[in-house]
Amino acid sequence: MRKKRVATVSLAGCFGCHMSLLDMDERILELLQDVEFDRSPLNDLKKFTRRCDLGIIEGGCCNEDNVHTLRDFRNNCDVLVAVGQCAIMGGLPVMRNAIMHSDDPLRECLEEAYCSSPRVYNPSNQIPNDPALPLLLDKVYTCVDVVKIDYQIPGCPPSGDVLWATLSALVRNEPIDLPYDMVKYD
Amino acid sequence: MIDILWAVQDKLGCIDGEAMSLIAEKTGTYRVEVEGVVSFYAFFSSVRKGKIVIRLCDDIVDRHAGVFAVAKSFENTLGIKLGETTPDHWFSLEYTPCIGMCDQAPAALVNDVVVTNLTPAKVKGIVRTLKKTRDPRALVTKTGDGNNGHRLIAAMVKNNIRHTGPVLFDKSPAEAGLKQALTLSPGGVLELVVDSRLRGRGGAGFPTGKKWRYAAAAQAALRYVICNADEGEPGTFKDRVLLTERAQLLIEGMTIAAYAVGAAEGILYLRAEYRYLKAYLEHILARRRSRGLLGDNIMGKAGFHFDIRIQMGAGAYICGEESSLISSCEGKRGEPKNRPPFPVQSGYLGLPTVVNNVETFCCVPPLIARGPKWFTSIGTPHSSGTKLLSVSGDCTRPGVYELPFGVSVQDVLDKAGAKDPAAVLIGGASGDMIGRPEFQRRICFEDLPTAGAITTFSSHRNVLEIANYYMDFFIDESCGYCTPCRVGNVFMKQGLEKIMQGLGEAGDLDYLRELGKTIIATSRCGLGHTSPNPILSSMKSFPLVYSALLNAHPNEFQAGFNIQSALDEARVIAKRRSLIYDVSYGDEE
Repeated sequence: MRKKRVATVSLAGCFGCHMSLLDMDERILELLQDVEFDRSPLNDLKKFTRRCDLGIIEGGCCNEDNVHTLRDFRNNCDVLVAVGQCAIMGGLPVMRNAIMHSDDPLRECLEEAYCSSPRVYNPSNQIPNDPALPLLLDKVYTCVDVVKIDYQIPGCPPSGDVLWATLSALVRNEPIDLPYDMVKYD
Repeated sequence: MIDILWAVQDKLGCIDGEAMSLIAEKTGTYRVEVEGVVSFYAFFSSVRKGKIVIRLCDDIVDRHAGVFAVAKSFENTLGIKLGETTPDHWFSLEYTPCIGMCDQAPAALVNDVVVTNLTPAKVKGIVRTLKKTRDPRALVTKTGDGNNGHRLIAAMVKNNIRHTGPVLFDKSPAEAGLKQALTLSPGGVLELVVDSRLRGRGGAGFPTGKKWRYAAAAQAALRYVICNADEGEPGTFKDRVLLTERAQLLIEGMTIAAYAVGAAEGILYLRAEYRYLKAYLEHILARRRSRGLLGDNIMGKAGFHFDIRIQMGAGAYICGEESSLISSCEGKRGEPKNRPPFPVQSGYLGLPTVVNNVETFCCVPPLIARGPKWFTSIGTPHSSGTKLLSVSGDCTRPGVYELPFGVSVQDVLDKAGAKDPAAVLIGGASGDMIGRPEFQRRICFEDLPTAGAITTFSSHRNVLEIANYYMDFFIDESCGYCTPCRVGNVFMKQGLEKIMQGLGEAGDLDYLRELGKTIIATSRCGLGHTSPNPILSSMKSFPLVYSALLNAHPNEFQAGFNIQSALDEARVIAKRRSLIYDVSYGDEE
């Protein structure tokens, strides 16, 4: 049986979920018996080399590049798994969607962040606008707003144990029964 | 509290911060409590409105009758937009949900005065009269039929009674029911009501006799009888006609109820939109007091004391729900209460309370006078008696029809002269939308229960647009207390709009069904229990309308997400184009 190909990416997230992925510690060696990594920050591959069986998404979409990457993943992966609060519900970045009763919420958000907030030191009073910066979306979208998502693993971040249990079951195509204390979040 | 707020609102045109603080101080409560109440009701305003507030009825029937053109005409003539007030503080213009005039749409409330059958051409004359006289009453040049011509009502409203039935328009002599009831013991009256199998006419159809028995059995020093005249369901106007023409019968019915359950005080909760009837109803109450039909020792029956006060509502659909109505009577925000305890155990001020619809009370006197056998001989086994139906929409004879339970929808449509009916909404916004194959179904609690609203739509109307309108209505009227209703209804509407825009997929229908089920199962009160109905029932009756709009999206992207519109704002702020999504840059999209 050929090894399952897995791709991972962090969109508008903090890489905490990827850190948590590494929390499976030496079990990653066991996982590598069945899995090879394609595009992923773990091996620093920036592009897909081949079609993948599994795509793991951390973070939601706050700019055009996130959308582009996510759609790229959808096009190149059979199964997409949204991992963590940001990918599933928007997480911390989605707080900017709370600016909703404004005619121009994005501008209000940027001005607050870079100019008008009392703790900001920004003598030039400019909002960053390098051409290399991807354009921001009007609001933060969750992964499932943009493409179809097959599975979600909640948590901020999900623990290494949960990730290990679900992902290993997924690549082996086995049913999973998560014990209560593993999915209890308080 | 509501009475105080009405007085202030009438005097100042608003209830501002200063007034709220003063009211709080004088009534010994906190300002935030007062502010909570003010902000809850549509007829109270914390910003100053014009002396003359023009409220256009924005019901779907009025929309189809051309209220938008009328609104435009008002905007042009007054020089303000909807929701604004003229700079001289004379006129405010706004929309309001159904004011119970669907049979003479489009209609508007000018302060308390109802103006019906509006056309864009009439608007100029109306505004001219208002500017000249500064008195909305001057708009009524010709009063409607029946008691609408009474000097205390003097409204241009027409009753449009198209069909009178044996119960509500019974010809037996006045007070025959009450006289008969007083010869019996309270238990005997209860017996008769139970035997008649009378069920509540407000929509839920709870057996009235059972309700009264519970209230009578509850241990308390004082009990209340409340009449629910907060007819807010869009498309319903039967209570308007009963209050105008059968007010004596209604009060008689309430008095009998009070006798049966042992209540000494009653409240008539009148919706704000029917304020034009208040003076007349007060007059009826006063007359009954002077004739010994209200007050102490009614009709010479020693020890039977009962009196009624009128409580004005202030514009909130949810107050038609009995526990919200009780909250409102207590001077609070009209939010539903948790149950149990039920109002019959602990209602108004924590006392056992019977809340019944206007029509239910009106059924009681004839039922007592003629006996339960006569009553059960009309209608069907589980729905005895008649039902007063308010028919409106695309038909030539809109109005009220008193018909025995069990009448088929088709019969009603024929009587009303429905034009090419394609969809009929039974029971207003929260009711069921049915299509032609189901027109043989019968109106009764066993089949199609209704509080009385029958709204017909011809084949020229868009079913989805109608469902969407009612979702808007529910989003507006949700009290916001519980999440399934506050948030879920917005999601329902978004899902529907996605389908309407042609972006829907097969899965979206399942999503709507699931979501609707969740809202119904988890909401706190009747509003959320019924709010998904317009969408769910139209999906059931018109599946092809929905499926015709669905598209498949093979690349598994979400069709509802539009990257171009999501980027528009950033393009303007950054003053540059997208490197990824602007075609001229030659990337892939």
